[in-house]
Amino acid sequence: MSHDANPHGTAGTKGAVRRFFTNNLVTLVFLFIGIAGLRVSGLALPFFIVDIVDRVARNGFLVLALIIPVLAGLGLNFAIVLGAMAGQATIIFMTHWGIGGIWGILLCMAISFPIALALGVLTGRLLNKARGKEMITTLILGFFANGIYQLVFLILVGTLIPMKNETLVLSSGVGIRTTIDLTDGLKFGLDDLLRIPLPLFAILCGAAVLGSFPVRSVLRKRALAAREKTPLRDGVLALTGLFLAGWGIKNLVVESMYSFIRVPAGTFLVLGALCLFILFFTRTKLGQDMRTVGQDRHVAEVSGIDTDRIRITAMVMSTVLAAWGQIIFLQNLGTFSTYGSHEQVGMFAIAALLIGGASVAKATIGQAVVGLFLFHTMFIVSPLAGRALFGDAQLGEYFRSFVAYGIIGLSLALHSWKKHMQQKQGAGG
Amino acid sequence: MSQTEEFVLRMKGISKEYYGTKVLKGIDLEIRPGEVHGIVGENGAGKSTLMNILFGMTVIHSTGGYQGEIEIAGAKADIKSPFDAMKLGIGMVHQEFMLIPGYTITENIKLNRETTKDNPVSRVFGPKLKTLDMASMGRDARKALDHLEMGIDEWARVAGLPVGHMQFIEIAREIDKSNIKLLVFDEPTAVLAESEADNLLAAVRKLSASGIAILFITHRLHEIMAVCDGITVLRDGSLVAHKRREETTIEELARLMVGRSIGDMIRNPAKSLPDRNALEIRNLRVQMPGEAAKGVDLDVKDGEILGIGGLAGQGKIGIANGILGLYPAEGEVRFHGEPLPLNSTREALKRGLAFLSEDRRGVGLLLDMSVEMNIAATAVEIQGKFLRRFGPFSQIDGKAVRAHALETIKALDIRCTGPLQPVRRLSGGNQQKVCIAKALVLGPRLLFVSEPTRGIDIGAKRLVLETLVDLKERLGMTIVITSSELAELRSVCDRIAIVHDGRIAGILNPDDDDAEFGLMMAGDYGKR
Repeated sequence: MSHDANPHGTAGTKGAVRRFFTNNLVTLVFLFIGIAGLRVSGLALPFFIVDIVDRVARNGFLVLALIIPVLAGLGLNFAIVLGAMAGQATIIFMTHWGIGGIWGILLCMAISFPIALALGVLTGRLLNKARGKEMITTLILGFFANGIYQLVFLILVGTLIPMKNETLVLSSGVGIRTTIDLTDGLKFGLDDLLRIPLPLFAILCGAAVLGSFPVRSVLRKRALAAREKTPLRDGVLALTGLFLAGWGIKNLVVESMYSFIRVPAGTFLVLGALCLFILFFTRTKLGQDMRTVGQDRHVAEVSGIDTDRIRITAMVMSTVLAAWGQIIFLQNLGTFSTYGSHEQVGMFAIAALLIGGASVAKATIGQAVVGLFLFHTMFIVSPLAGRALFGDAQLGEYFRSFVAYGIIGLSLALHSWKKHMQQKQGAGG
Repeated sequence: MSQTEEFVLRMKGISKEYYGTKVLKGIDLEIRPGEVHGIVGENGAGKSTLMNILFGMTVIHSTGGYQGEIEIAGAKADIKSPFDAMKLGIGMVHQEFMLIPGYTITENIKLNRETTKDNPVSRVFGPKLKTLDMASMGRDARKALDHLEMGIDEWARVAGLPVGHMQFIEIAREIDKSNIKLLVFDEPTAVLAESEADNLLAAVRKLSASGIAILFITHRLHEIMAVCDGITVLRDGSLVAHKRREETTIEELARLMVGRSIGDMIRNPAKSLPDRNALEIRNLRVQMPGEAAKGVDLDVKDGEILGIGGLAGQGKIGIANGILGLYPAEGEVRFHGEPLPLNSTREALKRGLAFLSEDRRGVGLLLDMSVEMNIAATAVEIQGKFLRRFGPFSQIDGKAVRAHALETIKALDIRCTGPLQPVRRLSGGNQQKVCIAKALVLGPRLLFVSEPTRGIDIGAKRLVLETLVDLKERLGMTIVITSSELAELRSVCDRIAIVHDGRIAGILNPDDDDAEFGLMMAGDYGKR
């Protein structure tokens, strides 16, 4: 059987555009829904921007914590819920001891580190026994851990664990209250470290985006393997950068209401540092081993990589990052529900990552960032759009959970469909 | 000349048992630096076990190790793991590529041997966090590729490259290891096109000229004759012969490789065959991964036992699977003159074809169901046998199923505690008989049997084969047996078709010369 020597025979501009659409189908669908929803809701742009910047700062760390397990082939890590619990536990300690501010945050991170580390090792070991079923295992593990968490803080506190604190413990003397207020403690501990006006922030972001071009081209020339051209993506990126910078300069020069919005730049700095760390990490020996294991465990094993160990390491890193992510999340929120805040952390973070175009097998920082913005746009807009369309805000609330679960379901389905089509093409020859 | 240091590898009296079955019986092997040494043998001759021993694979050591001695470069070696083998300078070019498609050629060549450099983080947290030195990795990869005269870009991704290139990347990875002394090629040309194979052979010669010893395992005898200096022939775990290339011929190798071991097992009384064709296959193409048929033309005569033989991976398994609709197939098949619709198992069964799958436990049997239900299941599903009808509902007629099961158990001598025993607990031979019973209940006119004796002990083998001959004799059934064991086919078949590269290479009689079989299986028939 003779077959076409060039499998991408339909290349060219038309082919490239079509590939762009099929590859980014999930993202584009939700981009469209988001923009339409924004229109329908009638939300004023400044309010929207304040809200979304806040939410991205809050949630970013948790979403980025998901990238490393995907690299190592563990799929989407629903067990970041465990990390979140470790973070919350230490926040309860901090509140009890009355330590706040940035030092409280740092201490919180330090104390949650060993707890998350232990949980990560245990999760990793479990996953090595449940190969190929990692996602469902982590999902169920999250539910199970929730039970233990409740046992400790609802029943053991005040009985086995002595604790005297009227604001934290329920009036019966047993169990932590369902809501904890962080106002005089950790609230804004990191956010308030550095706040800058929104236009300035936009300029900095724009500069960072534009500045990434020369950096990337240097990296590529020196080392980076893939010298594939992505003109469409580069174009979109460049336009975004220019727009951000231009908009920032305009609003800085012409005094506008945006100048009064003060962005938690401290938190964004931490996010940026994490992004840089992930970039650095993928270029290290350990990162390369992780990618190898993720691509093909058998080949990795034959070439002498200790795959079990690598997988556990990936799990530990993810769990620790999730613990810190939850601390950052809650210091921004300022109040948390003791028995509820962690529950949907995994679900929402995964939905955010998927909406950015990531899949079970591939996730990048860019996808995480795009996903964060899109997901939270849906979140802000959907109740308002629901009220505008149906006159009922309650319906919008339903729409929120529909969005979260729908994204996960839809993108997983689209991903496996795409894989199926590729296999079909591959077998055709 | 014959001092020990002269040899890169010396194996003395290597024997290996798996659960009491001897699979290697006292193999000797000697290879000098720069020598290309060929190992030939049928499937199951012991080639892969020998290589597993050389590489210290866990499958060897978890089953009680081996007897005999291995010397590497004159020193006694105890190879306990693939890592040990690597340290001793033994490399392997795998038959299935150990490559990561998403990586570049450089990353694949340097897999887990990446060059790294320090950075501030690694100085604190240890060498695992050193940065990859891509530039130097690229230079090493370039050097290895240049050595093989591969002009390809070392930064290209492996995904989408032609298989021939992938093979060269594997070779480049091995020669990039600085201490490489002995390189094993396991069926390197099996997946290559002719011109790619020629390139490979040229590369093999070049490598050997640079002093690396090469072990070349292949079925293709003309390749052996083209590159090898010395040749070792294995058959049924025994060493048959050591030959120098100058002193042998392709015919001799073919004869040595096939030999004849179970001549006396069962005789299928020869009868003159009718000239009627039961099955006519024209240009059948089956997409079965690893066993693809690529245009099979074959006639099966009414009332004969036809054998389909050939080496693993050549496509013999694909033929029956394609006709029965288990894998996507195209082409033209006529059954007793009527065209048979392809890609429909239901239609094939309805028209009187039946199939004993090579995957007995996976496809053939419902392991946790009873013997009687296994026998009846297909008939209930396809023909509506053993059913009592109540309007739109139907119920399995337990009495009829039981009666039939008891009868069959007796007729085929299935050893079980009774018709209610779950099939999982039966021995391999008896499971195979349940499969046969299950096919027979349909009253087929033509029976396909794939690898009927795989994983069955000798006594049971005999029973299964006798049962097949008996079916032909008593019921006049037409039977097509696909088997990797040539000796088995030669003992029961009327004619034997040999498959090579997805096509029928030729049809032989069971008592034709060994060399004919050997040449045909190796794809060298009429090539000399």
